[in-house]
Amino acid sequence: MGELAAFIILSAITLASAVVVVTSGNIVRSALSLVPTFLGVTGLYILLQAEFVAGIQVLIYAGAITVLILFVIMLTEGGTGLRVRQTNEQVPLSILAAAVLAVLLVGVLAQAPWPRAAELLPQYTASGIGEALLTNLVLVFEVTSLVLLVALMGAIIVARRER
Amino acid sequence: MSWGLEIVKAVGLTIAVFTFLAVVAAMLGVLLERKIGGWIQSRLGPKHVGPQGLLQTVADTIKLLQKEHIAPRAADTAIFNTAPLIVAVAGLLDWIVIPFGPNLIVRDLNIGVVFFAAMASLTVVGILVGGFASNNKYSLLGGLRSASQMISYELPLATALIAVAMQAGTLSTLGIVNAQAQRGWFVFLQFPAFVIFLIAATAEVNRVPFDLPEAESELVAGYFSEYTGMRFALFQLGEYAEMFAMAAMATTLFLGGWRGPILPPVIWFLLKMYLIVFLLMWTRWTFPRLRLDQLLNLSWKLLLPAGLIWILITGFFITFF
Amino acid sequence: MQVGLTHFLVVSALLFCLGLYAMLSRRNAVAILMGIELMLNAANINLVAFNKYVAPAALNGQVFALVVITLAACEAGVGLALVMAAYRNLETVHVDEINVMKW
Repeated sequence: MGELAAFIILSAITLASAVVVVTSGNIVRSALSLVPTFLGVTGLYILLQAEFVAGIQVLIYAGAITVLILFVIMLTEGGTGLRVRQTNEQVPLSILAAAVLAVLLVGVLAQAPWPRAAELLPQYTASGIGEALLTNLVLVFEVTSLVLLVALMGAIIVARRER
Repeated sequence: MSWGLEIVKAVGLTIAVFTFLAVVAAMLGVLLERKIGGWIQSRLGPKHVGPQGLLQTVADTIKLLQKEHIAPRAADTAIFNTAPLIVAVAGLLDWIVIPFGPNLIVRDLNIGVVFFAAMASLTVVGILVGGFASNNKYSLLGGLRSASQMISYELPLATALIAVAMQAGTLSTLGIVNAQAQRGWFVFLQFPAFVIFLIAATAEVNRVPFDLPEAESELVAGYFSEYTGMRFALFQLGEYAEMFAMAAMATTLFLGGWRGPILPPVIWFLLKMYLIVFLLMWTRWTFPRLRLDQLLNLSWKLLLPAGLIWILITGFFITFF
Repeated sequence: MQVGLTHFLVVSALLFCLGLYAMLSRRNAVAILMGIELMLNAANINLVAFNKYVAPAALNGQVFALVVITLAACEAGVGLALVMAAYRNLETVHVDEINVMKW
């Protein structure tokens, strides 16, 4: 019963902040609303007993990606604080598309007979993830580090001021 | 209905931690800063209010609380008012994973160290939007500089935390203190990580020598130029709480936490924490301020490679010894 | 009533559709990137929920979620670098004004 209450509160925070993100007329306000959205998702991960992923989510999403988005907003046009129109002419069609997809996804996913497993998650997921990353999934680990290196170099080169 | 009990316990502990911090960090910390600064500069600090100036912070707090709240007209009021709250709450949430004694911890998360780094990185969002929402060039520049400094120094901080977690074999802060019982304090085993942690912690809380974002001679007061009264007090509370949290984390990770021979554990913890706080304040009044490019060079070109090489060396020593 | 797999799937479907709406209807390029981040978060919730309820023995779902978080950070970094480079040359970040190949 407590778990259901926690789930409802966290989902409400996540979805309400996401609505502010996608509909606000002020771009800084919608970037700032990303923080409660990500924190709500962190709470959902903790409910799913994935505490290491929750910690990394706060560290990277709420701490770094939000800061990056706010930086770019302040260094480009949004930093002037002028009120410009934020939505283009596709608003009715996109509402329709998103609503249709939502109905379809919820209808299919809620009714599908997913196989339920009987065993439980290991108690310390951090050490389990570490073992998995270095034994079974070491190729994923190495390729991800390579992608990070390439993205780092690419971002620096693309954003550099041409002399 | 045990979840109701958990909520009551959480609220009670929140009030306890907040009171502890408001008294210890804000009051004693501000007073210590001014007294220690005075002694290092061959003068007496505040000495008129109360015996030996001990009630100075009470006077300061009353002064701040009764100041008028001024907001710039063109500032976005919702964001302007939320920014100090983010900084204060993130600085206070750090204290959940800090152990004061063998079972005196608010919650022993088994990702304690990652949680600490995550809360330290949430402060940046508050500072950035605080600088932006003031609608003032100097605040915006101060906010951007401060945010770039804090995110640059999160990486060496994380490498120091990773090295300690590797040595102890666990991410939980209680586990790290217990691991120091067997192998000795980590300040000897992991001395480079200790140095990197202290430098990165000083930069994370925007203290001298890394306080270019709030330098009076450069940027008026940086990102909190436009804040008055209670909001200014909230920013300061967040910064002091985070400085004390970094000192408390340094004692937990490196100086053996609460362990000590004769005195009760809480006294040992407070003694060690105040030792690190004294060290931080000593560096404040001794070193000149670093310029922004020197500061960023120090982080990216010196501390981050040093931290990564130290992780490699730690891994080597753990595997073979 | 217990919190089951279906609850998490419904929340993540709604978050995904909100992100899709942002991506289709906003003018500012950074707002489109914010919509993409919402969609990636929705996919991550799905991965972790399936890991707990359907396949808890191996932690593949959580590892995959960590990889997605990492790749989202990379993609946000490179995407925002592109937005800044475009702003420097074209002087606009509104994607409906970038509609000619040569200006």
